[in-house]
Formats: sequence, structure tokens, C-alpha cells
Amino acid sequence: MAGIFVDGEDFMNRNNTNWLIGIIVLLALSLWIDLIPQINIPNFSGDTLYSRNVQLKLGLDLEGGLQALLEADLPETSNVASSDLDVTRQILEKRANALGVSEVVMQTAGTRRIVAEFPGVKDPEYVISSLQQTGLLEFVDTGTTAPQEGSIIKTDYSTGSEPAATVAPEATAAPDTTPTPATDQQPVYHTVMTGKELKSVGVSLLSTTGRYAINFTLTTQGAQIFGTHTTNNVGKILTIVLDKRVISAPSINGPITGGSGEITGNFTADTANALAAQLRYGSLPVPVKVVESRTVGATLGEESISKSRTAGIIGIAVVVVFMLLYYRLPGFIADLALIGYAILSLAIFKMLGVVLTLPGIAGFILSIGMAVDANILIFERLKEELRNGRNLRQAIELGWERAWPSIRDSNISTLITCGILFTFGSTFGASMVRGFSINLALGVLVSLFTAIIVTRTFLHALLDNITLSDHPRWFGL
Amino acid sequence: MNIIKNRYVYFLISLLVIVPGIIFMIFNWNASQTPLPLAIDFTGGSLLEVQFTGTRPSADTVASAFLQYAPDSVPAVQALGTDGFAIRSKAIEDATKGQIVTELEKRSGATVTVLTFSSVSPSVGAEVTKAALGAIALAAVAILVYISVAFRGVEHAFRYGVAAILAMLHDVFVVLGVEAILAYFLHWEADALFLTALLTVIGFSVHDTIVVFDRVRENSRIYRRIPYETLVNHSIVQTLDRSINTQLTVMLTLFSLALFGGDTIRHFVIILLVGIFSGTYSSIFNAAPILVVWEKKEWRSWFRSPQASEA
Repeated sequence: MAGIFVDGEDFMNRNNTNWLIGIIVLLALSLWIDLIPQINIPNFSGDTLYSRNVQLKLGLDLEGGLQALLEADLPETSNVASSDLDVTRQILEKRANALGVSEVVMQTAGTRRIVAEFPGVKDPEYVISSLQQTGLLEFVDTGTTAPQEGSIIKTDYSTGSEPAATVAPEATAAPDTTPTPATDQQPVYHTVMTGKELKSVGVSLLSTTGRYAINFTLTTQGAQIFGTHTTNNVGKILTIVLDKRVISAPSINGPITGGSGEITGNFTADTANALAAQLRYGSLPVPVKVVESRTVGATLGEESISKSRTAGIIGIAVVVVFMLLYYRLPGFIADLALIGYAILSLAIFKMLGVVLTLPGIAGFILSIGMAVDANILIFERLKEELRNGRNLRQAIELGWERAWPSIRDSNISTLITCGILFTFGSTFGASMVRGFSINLALGVLVSLFTAIIVTRTFLHALLDNITLSDHPRWFGL
Repeated sequence: MNIIKNRYVYFLISLLVIVPGIIFMIFNWNASQTPLPLAIDFTGGSLLEVQFTGTRPSADTVASAFLQYAPDSVPAVQALGTDGFAIRSKAIEDATKGQIVTELEKRSGATVTVLTFSSVSPSVGAEVTKAALGAIALAAVAILVYISVAFRGVEHAFRYGVAAILAMLHDVFVVLGVEAILAYFLHWEADALFLTALLTVIGFSVHDTIVVFDRVRENSRIYRRIPYETLVNHSIVQTLDRSINTQLTVMLTLFSLALFGGDTIRHFVIILLVGIFSGTYSSIFNAAPILVVWEKKEWRSWFRSPQASEA
């Protein structure tokens, strides 16, 4: 950077003009991104060349919703293969999407945990209980008895080492049904076939009853088992059981050998879809339990967002006024740089899809302070150099050059802290901590850019042709 | 302006904040066996905040509704504004919370809105606590290493690192102390956000110290003949405008957050305010003077003649 100073005035002028144009283009582009929800760039034939959703993402604390930390429900000593955990995450994600929850975010955290975020969820209990179900579907031979829908029965698999056995009873209990508890006197029924034999699952609306049904096709092996059983047991009941809970108990009207069938029951569109999702995505390789859950109501979220917006605007306004009063003309330039900083940061948040949380906003506002700090460091040096009798152009270069080591070292130490906070936040699904560290770190990086490039370019552009002795008060001297 | 001359006065002022803080940590220890009352993030447990539209039932009603569905939950019910309650208890499941909320609606006849509900299992809480302490230690070491590298050209680079860490510890203790005092009177609890604030203060504290040290570094190259004490004092005075102005701008934004930002982050923001103030104070009045104390090896006279060290 010192080279620019040495290379002479013409070079610097031309160079500065280039920088100035670059900055203005960049800021205009950022402002455009700030104001639109979706980028669409068509190519010449009118097709989409580039498209990206740049809606600002709000965290759970602002939008309301549910965050759950799920942990492998296995003994502490057993190792969980990272591939198994990843498959579990994928299955859970599909299940959640099938529940109709939009924009689910699931990430593995550490070696045994998965963080699940459900923005805007209205019924957290239902979501959590659906996630935890292992989804073990059984076709059970209950002889001539037809168990009541929703009741819990014992099957061959209850005593086995299947993951289903390790799930706590609460986990499978939907909030608004009271299950009949399994008692010791209850008979143990034979499981004819499990959901493993399902090849595909779909939902259809039965025009005759107006109800929803789940239709499925079976694997070759499944078709064989199913065919044999239905042939030999016409008139008996084949109860369909999910995680030990009876879904429906139809009677076998005749042999079903085609390898496909239908589950009818008391389904609405939602419950049919939820069940189909569970069957489709099968049981989890690793059973999970909820070790942490956080729900934020939508009301609190709305309140937080309007309050922090007010606070942010007032905060920035006060800083702008302060800089103007104390540093005069350079302060005005710093204010321009600060506004540029805000425009640029927002665009970056939107492009990277950074989730904005309340601590994240606090981190951003804190980084505004640090962005101003870089400018203050430069201006204090600038003033010193001016007092030492340098002309403006020299003073800007020297002031900037002298301030740089302290700007660099101090911001790197902040970035180190951000890195540690980020690691800490990711491991425990503390998304608030993580959000704070991301925003602060991005803020620091953008503020370095504005301090290094924007402020200096603006200073040169506006001040190079001013004679200091004409206007000492402009600089607070 | 001679700041270095009165260095022991400034050390004393720091102690006047830190010592009461430690005393209140002992008070807290007697009450809850921790120096700071810890939130469920660290201890495990549940926190449910509800708002009643209609008549708010008595705290006892709320507690008994809890005990009906979660007999072992040990609920502690606290009023939240005029129309709500905050209920802390042992960890309960989401399904149980749903049952309790339904029960509350039944008993009070009011509409119950769940503002927030968090439930953390004790094992996770314990792990978070361990990791938090690890994070602070790691931050300290990383910064020490960085400063030693950044100041490697200067004589006694390690001293700068240690002085920065001492100033940082000063800020950590001021923040912990203020939290202990406020926790004692206002029943605040240290949660994950408090930890975030603390780690931010650590970052800012070092940020600030480095700016002062950077001046010492620069001046020690320019003025080789003047006494170290004068050199450090000169550096502090030169950076004073910047230190105060930076602190002012950060504090202005934080004040705005504290006043208008809502209840959820007020605790967080106030802790940040205290820490940022302390961070600037310690860079000027502790970190740089420590360099002088070290250079002159003043601890040799601390216990011999108090008058000499005050001079």
C-alpha cells in the first residue's frame, strides 16, 4: 500500500478513481440485493441464467419456532458411526418435511447429536413425538380379535432387540389421545411382516368414503409372505401396527397376491401423509432421544424483531451524529463508510443465507462499533500527521499506514474469539452463540474492508483538492 | 497527563469493584453452591414462560398443575409482568408441557400463550459447563500466542501477552463480579448468552489492549533513549482519544439496545456494557502500567516499604 504513496500523484489519482467506481458499483449491487427478495438474472433468450433466493432468514428467537437437540439413545460407551448419524439426520429431515414443516434445518453436532430447527412451528409436541418414532410398521396376526384403533398391543418384536423397544412410551404418545397401557395379561401377537418389505408408499383419497388411505407395494419377498398369509387366513384380522400402536384392524377379505395393498383407517390428509412419510423413510439406524428443546412463541418473536430494529436504528443514528460532531468532515466520510458498511453487510447476510438471531443482531451492532473504531484509529492518526505539518494527501496515507497494524492485530484477536465461540456453539446446538459469532466475524471482516478500502478512497476523492489551511475547522483542528 | 504515576491508585480502583464481586460470589455460593446462579443451559432443567389472556391464576395453581403431570418436577413459579409466569423446574418433556398448558387453560379459563419453553437434560448442561470453561481457557491461550507472535520484534514480547491476559482476567472478574451482585439482588441467572457476552468482552478487551500496546511498540522504535515509564505514559496519552471515542460509540449502540431492545437481551447487553467499559479501563489503567511494573520489577519493594511503592 505504501507503494501508492511513493509512485506519484498521477498514478494515485487514476488508481483512486478506479477504486471509487468499483466501490460505487459494489454498493449499488448490494443495495439492490438488500431491497429484493429473489435474484433473477435472465439470459438473452429469456431463460433464467442465475436465480437465488435472498430472503432474509430469521432465527427461531425472532420468528418463533422449535429447536431440538437430539442425542443417540445408546449407552454412553457405544460409538455411533458418523455415517449412521448422518443417515439418521437425513431420514429425520425427510420425515419433518413430510409433516409439512417448511424450512427445516438439521445438522449433526459433535459425534452423537443432531440439532433440528423448525421455524414457525405451531405444535412443537406433535413434531417432536413424530420425529422420535422409530417407524416400525408391523402386520400382525391378531386372529379373530380386532384391537381398537390407537390401542397398544404386544407383538413378537416387543421383546426383541429392535430399536423400537428402547423408545420411551411418552415419545410415541400423541398429545391428544389417551393410550390404553399394555398390561401383563395382554397376549403377544405374531408379526407376519414388517415395514422392511415395503417397496413404495403413497397416499390416496378414497372417493367412496372421502377418507384418505395409504397404498403400498411390496418387495418380491414381501409379496410372497403377504400372499401366503392372506390365502391361509381369509376372514381373520390382520392388524396394522406402527410402533406398537394400532393404526387399523382390517379383516382379510380374500387372498392378496398382487404384492400391493391399502391401509385404511381414520386418516385425515395430514395424518395419512405423516404415516406415509414414516413408512417410506423407515426406521432410524440410530434411535434418538430429545435432550434439549427450546420453543419460542411467535408473539415474543414479533416483539423482539420490532424492538431490536428500533434499537439498531437509534444506535446507528447516535453514532452517525457523534462522528459528525467530533470528527467534522472526516466524520462525515466515516458516516458514509458506515452506511456503506451496513448496506454491504446486509447484502452479504442475504447472499450467504445467514440466519439472523437476536444475539446475531447484537453481534452486528457490536461490529458497527468496531467498524467505527477502525475509522477513529485512522482519523486520530490523520489529525496527528496534520498537526505535524503534513499536507492532506500525505497525512491520509501516513495516517492510514500507521493505524493499520493496530487495526489488523485487534481485529484478528476478535476473529480468534469468534472462531472459538462458533466451535462451542456448533457442538452444543447453541444456535444463539453460533449466530452471534458468525455475525460478529462477518461484521469484523466487512469493517476491515470498509476501513481499508472505502474510507481511504472516499478521503482521497473528497480531500485531495482541498487546502487544509483554508478550512482547519472542517477537521476539528 | 500522567497515568503511569498513579498506577497503584488505578489498581486499587479495580480491586474496589472486583473484591465486592467476589464477596457476593461467596454469598451466592452459600445460597446455591455456585458462585453465580446458573440457568438451565448449564444445570439442566426446564423453563416455561406463559402469558394469560384473561385472569391469571395464582402461583399455587400453576405449581399444582405442574405436579399433576410431572410429580418430580419441583416447579418454582415466578411472576412475569402482570399477566404471566416463568416456571422453572426439572427437565420435562414437550408432551408433558403440552398437557400442563392445557390443564392451565382449563383451570384458569384464560387463553394461555407459550412465550418460550426450554428444556435441557442435566447431562447436556454439565457438558456445556465444561466446554464453556474450556472455551475461555482456549481463548486466553490463543490470544497469548497471537500477541507473542504479533509483538515478536519487540523486547520482552511475552510480557505484552501476559499483561494483555492479566487485563483480560481483570475484565472477566469485573463481569463475573457485577453479574454476581446483580444476580444476588435481581435474581439473574447466568445462561448461554451470558457466556457469549463474557467471551465477547474477552475479545474486545484484548482488541483494546492491543491498540495501546501497538503504540508502545511503535514508540519504542522511535524513542530509544527516554525512560520506559515515560514512553508507556506517552503511548497511553496518544491513544486516549481513540480509546475513549471507540468505547463511546460501542457503548452508545449498546445503550440503545439496552433501552429499546426488549427484555430478552437486556441482561446480555448490560453485561456487554459493563465488560466493554471495563475492557477500555483495563487497557489504559492496568495493562500498560503492568508493563512498567514488570520492567521495574516493582514487586520486590511491595512488601518492604509501602510508601516507596506508592510514590
